[in-house]
Amino acid sequence: MARLLIPFGLFVAIAALLFVGLGLDPDEVPSPLIDKPAPAFVLPTVNDPTRTINNTDLASEVSLFNVWASWCVSCRDEHPLLMQVANAKRVPIYGLNYKDKREDATRWLRQLGDPYVASAHDLEGAVGIDWGVYGVPETFVVDADGIIRYKHIGPVTAKDLETKILPLVKWLQDEHS
Amino acid sequence: MNTVRTFLASLLFISFALVAHAQTAPLQFSDPVKQARYQGLLKELRCLVCQNQSLADSPAGLASDLRAKVYEQVAQGRSDEEAISYLVARYGDFIRYRPPLKPATYALWLGPVILLIIGLTTLGVLVRRRSRAFATELTDEERIQAHDLLHSTREE
Repeated sequence: MARLLIPFGLFVAIAALLFVGLGLDPDEVPSPLIDKPAPAFVLPTVNDPTRTINNTDLASEVSLFNVWASWCVSCRDEHPLLMQVANAKRVPIYGLNYKDKREDATRWLRQLGDPYVASAHDLEGAVGIDWGVYGVPETFVVDADGIIRYKHIGPVTAKDLETKILPLVKWLQDEHS
Repeated sequence: MNTVRTFLASLLFISFALVAHAQTAPLQFSDPVKQARYQGLLKELRCLVCQNQSLADSPAGLASDLRAKVYEQVAQGRSDEEAISYLVARYGDFIRYRPPLKPATYALWLGPVILLIIGLTTLGVLVRRRSRAFATELTDEERIQAHDLLHSTREE
């Protein structure tokens, strides 16, 4: 009996490991930036090229940093949710407009609404690389000390917002009040 | 008139071709040592957009941006390790085709060895058990029995 149990046990262990592996999304690469200070940047804003925005602007309070582009199809999916969050004033959202033409970006904001306190215009994508951006849209939660606490890859869904992002935001806001 | 038009059209065509060429021209070092290092690094690094391609192979926009970053690092005289850690700091170990040995990757690096050891041990145990089963000595009684059997077959 024990003779059969050992190979069977091994089989079950390996099968369980592989089954868990099947459920993981290989497109979600864990970011090394979690719990590290937000990478420094200074960029002109999308709406007013004469104004600049930098990483310390995000850090005055808990904020979301959303990487978006007008050419990004799934950014359109999450946009109404960002509008809801912005309208409810639950947390300020800053944008990183990634490798986008200014005209295209401003047209997008005019047509769909602008949920952002301000969007940084990263035409060359250099700031995107410093933030480890590889799949737009991406959303970072930055705490009041300017530390990145969470990164969401891909479009934010209502479920992501309600179960992960907003509870974390709330927790961080309470922690620092 | 017609020749002028043809000339202008071809000029336009050539200029388009030049623009297209300028956008896709790969970065290259004139120094062969640096060029070899640059090429080697690109083969060691994974494109995060199309994960089964290296930075050297991937046509993705991000891959070309990251190639430019690697180029910049080599041009600035950074070592291979420094160039790789520049990208690892932003994208994590996943960008490396050969991730370093550390607690999170123990299973990855040691798993195959452990499985091999388990397999070889099992094989060894089975082989020894089986050979022992065959090697057991016959008792005197069994030997007589065998002898009788062998003889009876021969006589028939």
